[in-house]
Amino acid sequence: MADAAPAIAFDRVNLAFDDKVVLRDLSFTVPKGRTKIILGASGSGKSTILKIIVGLLRADAGAVFVNGERVDQMTEQELMKVRADLGMIFQEGALFDSLTVRENVGYKYYEESDMPLEQVHRRVEEVLGFIGMAEHIEKMPSELSGGQRRRVAIARAMAFKPGILLYDEATTGLDPITATTVDDEIIKLRDFEGVTSIVVTHQLRDAFYVATNMAVRNAAGNVEIVPATPEKTDEAEFIMLKDGVICFEGNADELRHSNDEYLKTFLS
Amino acid sequence: MRRVFSFLSNWMKKAALEMQEYVRLIVAALSDTFTPPMYRHDIIEQFDALGFASLTVVLLTGLFTGAALASQTGITLDQYGARPVVGRLVSVSMVTELGPVLTALMLTGRIGSGIAAELGSMVVTDQINALRALGTDPIRKLVVPRMLAGLLMAPLLTIASDFVGVFGGWAVARFQLQVSSDLYWSSVTDALYVQDLYQGLVKPFVFGFIIVTVACHVGLRTKGGTQGVGKSTTLAVVAGSVAVIAADFFVTQILVWAFY
Repeated sequence: MADAAPAIAFDRVNLAFDDKVVLRDLSFTVPKGRTKIILGASGSGKSTILKIIVGLLRADAGAVFVNGERVDQMTEQELMKVRADLGMIFQEGALFDSLTVRENVGYKYYEESDMPLEQVHRRVEEVLGFIGMAEHIEKMPSELSGGQRRRVAIARAMAFKPGILLYDEATTGLDPITATTVDDEIIKLRDFEGVTSIVVTHQLRDAFYVATNMAVRNAAGNVEIVPATPEKTDEAEFIMLKDGVICFEGNADELRHSNDEYLKTFLS
Repeated sequence: MRRVFSFLSNWMKKAALEMQEYVRLIVAALSDTFTPPMYRHDIIEQFDALGFASLTVVLLTGLFTGAALASQTGITLDQYGARPVVGRLVSVSMVTELGPVLTALMLTGRIGSGIAAELGSMVVTDQINALRALGTDPIRKLVVPRMLAGLLMAPLLTIASDFVGVFGGWAVARFQLQVSSDLYWSSVTDALYVQDLYQGLVKPFVFGFIIVTVACHVGLRTKGGTQGVGKSTTLAVVAGSVAVIAADFFVTQILVWAFY
């Protein structure tokens, strides 16, 4: 039964900070292995949703489920177990600035597991190789560019092989070329590792890029990002938030052809 | 009048909230100290950062305080023809009061500000949230090692400060006040009772705990960006210093009542 449960489900979730309502009666589900892209203007409550999923914030009302388990009433100790299957990429990367790239990526193994060091090193190198950052392994975060920091943050989140990855404005502030490399990592993780993703962004270009492309291996075994099949495109769902309320839910095509005035303004 | 009442009411609410959060932090840190997992590497690192790295500052403070104390009291004692007992004054003052308090104040400036700035920066750059998202309890990882280092290194640093303070007093007594070394050292030991030594050891233990927990509390409650980190750093030093001096009064009262 638990396998049939969606990876993430929100059921009438409400949250307010003092008098300011951030989320109002928010309900949605993300099936396992799928991508949900949350769009909205700054302050519309997008990042708050991710923080509630990880348990960094608590909802005032409603229920939140991760892998079928209700998490909104869990203690911090109980949440630690849920977080074992959750990876989060923060807005500016949030890398530990006193640790090297290797230590950042392998943090969970170095600090929270008994895995032999040799095995941890291998896993870290494998993950950094996957995102094309192997040559930066001994650098400090301050020596990396903005795009590289985000990619290392993705590597850190995926290193312990979580089933769910949450991207909080992973491409904001990056130039289009660097943003595309980050988008490619999101697509690769989804299509090769079967990771369930929630992508929070206000960058429409990146949102549509993730939804309408897919990763494949060519005859030579190299990874290629190609336009997605219509079925694959339909698997990526969009949510548009406005003042803490969902004002649109649907696929990329429905979003493009919506007649809603707010959506038209946002998309223009 | 209503405005004054409203201001006072808000201020008291904020103060009560801060105290509640501070107590919560201490309870969580104490509970995490006695349960696994333990981040041994961080504990050793903090012993070095808080203890050994503070040694120079603390020794210099102790040395000059002891020397100045001998110089000042020598003048007063001269009026009573009691210059030879300068060692008594220096040793008792250093061991029971000046050593613990001045060491604590130096540590507040050095490590209190450092802890608040470090933790505050981690808060505003989401590193604390990242720790939690990666399944690490920030209190266990960041507060417990610092608290243990504060608890154990403050008494050790104070002992070192007391020694060099008495030595500084000897230098002034011998070369400025022309008191013989034998007389100085015998008056140093004659004046010290075991109760004084208890005072000298209990106080830094309490101060070390206060300095570190106040700094951790202030750092972890940092709000805003770099400006918030600056405010937290200042607050950690101010609140830590005031707390140390206030605690000194109360601890002294309790110890005097208990031991003398």
